[in-house]
Amino acid sequence: MNLCLVEHLDGVATDASLQAFTLAAGLGGETHALVIGPGGAEVAATIPAAVVYVAEHDALDAFAPDAWAAILCAMPSRTGVTAIVAPGSARATDAMARAAVRLGEPLAANCISATPGNPLLLTRIRWGGSLLEEARLHTDCALLTVVPHTLPAVAPGSPGAVERFTPELADADLVVRVRERVAPPAGGVSLTDAKVVVTGGRGVGSAEGFVVVEELAGLLGGAVGCSRAVTMSGWRPHTDQVGQTGNKIAPEIYIACGVSGATQHIAGAKGAKRILAVNTDPEAPIMSVADYAVVGDLHEVLPAISAELRRRRG
Amino acid sequence: MKALVCVKRVPMTGGRIVLTDDEQAIETKHLGFAISPHEECGVEEAVRLVEAHGGESVVLTLGPPDAEEQLRDAMAIGADRGIHLVTDGEEWDPEATAGAIVAAVIADETASGPFDLILFGNESADSGGFQTGLRVAYALGRPCATGLKAVAVGDGSFRCEQEEGGGRNVYELPLPAVVTVLEGLNLPRYPSVPGRMRAGRKPLEASTPERPASRLERARLVVPAGESKQAEILGHGADAASAVVDLLEQIGVTS
Repeated sequence: MNLCLVEHLDGVATDASLQAFTLAAGLGGETHALVIGPGGAEVAATIPAAVVYVAEHDALDAFAPDAWAAILCAMPSRTGVTAIVAPGSARATDAMARAAVRLGEPLAANCISATPGNPLLLTRIRWGGSLLEEARLHTDCALLTVVPHTLPAVAPGSPGAVERFTPELADADLVVRVRERVAPPAGGVSLTDAKVVVTGGRGVGSAEGFVVVEELAGLLGGAVGCSRAVTMSGWRPHTDQVGQTGNKIAPEIYIACGVSGATQHIAGAKGAKRILAVNTDPEAPIMSVADYAVVGDLHEVLPAISAELRRRRG
Repeated sequence: MKALVCVKRVPMTGGRIVLTDDEQAIETKHLGFAISPHEECGVEEAVRLVEAHGGESVVLTLGPPDAEEQLRDAMAIGADRGIHLVTDGEEWDPEATAGAIVAAVIADETASGPFDLILFGNESADSGGFQTGLRVAYALGRPCATGLKAVAVGDGSFRCEQEEGGGRNVYELPLPAVVTVLEGLNLPRYPSVPGRMRAGRKPLEASTPERPASRLERARLVVPAGESKQAEILGHGADAASAVVDLLEQIGVTS
């Protein structure tokens, strides 16, 4: 029997959770689900699990990772599960790592596939997805997180049963708890939601050089990104960085200008539907992941594209 | 403020990852090495906290003899001393790594007093286990917040911030605590030449822990297929503008 941790936002199960459910269901046997916190009962009604457990407690209105871990740890004895699967979001990964320590088990983070058996055969990602690891997990209770956006989401459906319960939480489980929530800044197009992302790399040459990148992004209603080399040079803030240690983007088109295409960068751009590279070097690594390319200096190419866009708009 | 920052030596992979013949590791013959990115910010933050509040910053790594390079890099930007848990170069899993770090922390604290703060990267660039810091925190019985983009020491408490959904979650932890940080926490400084000179003379304590067997056993590494494409060349220089705008119109992103 397997258990999937289902996260929810604004009353809806997250896509990453429903994708994790797909992996859990593939392990065979019944799949149960666990939903934590306010609004859980409504979410439970949409999850096609044999049983959905809903943990309800006054202290769960703000995220407390040790409390989530305490709830996860109570599940094996409650349900007899032999695998706990969770989405690879920041929250769920944090809670699963804590649960693994408490249960004295390993945690296999960021899996993309799992074949049942003992040992369990896993494929997990390294280097933000630039490398895969095939591994054998030797344990009676496997703890796995699943890379978002690699597996199909399970279709919503009715659960066999819903069981609401109040978990026992110790004071120590609530020491680390969100005290305050600062809302996102208003306005602007966020990198992670933008339909067009125009990124500048080392080839931009300076902070001032980003004017041409900003102009094109502005005309297309898109967002400006940058590579790690740019952030490390202090030309742009880290919040603009696309890459394994920056933002993961998923635009309709990603226009990468003066970016060499290091694996660290590409790991953040894998979600892009199309990549257009603008680079003086036709042999740059970015060319082997791009769908389209313009060979040339971005300081000439970008203003020409912006001018052409303006000309056609009249 | 006594701060410990734990770092990992990782190869700088560049454009294309090549594996060794036995598919157990990345071929690193032609690669340089660095401190894993999140941890580089951890080192900078530990040094800043000690600059602001006084005390001592210590850097620790578990890795092969060559990982001394990363300890010296950290000392070059200001860490006061190093602890090297020397391995034979085989990979240690998160449970084993945390176990060795906990033993080293307890030994150091017994000899020279407790750490107020222990910093880790949220996850390493290479194996990405997302758990070593939490394992150490639990073993030491200290609170831990993860994935931090801002930290500030106040009167006996510690305020830290995590980005989520474009906004921020704020935590307040009692000290001593363990935190895991993300790149973007700060902009790490470059080491100066005098900094490098001083780093060579700073104290470094080395020991050789035993590696226990792993329950997450690596079978092999695989470079994902289908990564290599042949880009369609839309043109050269400014003359390509028309073809690019045609493409943007076709995708429907120009309006």
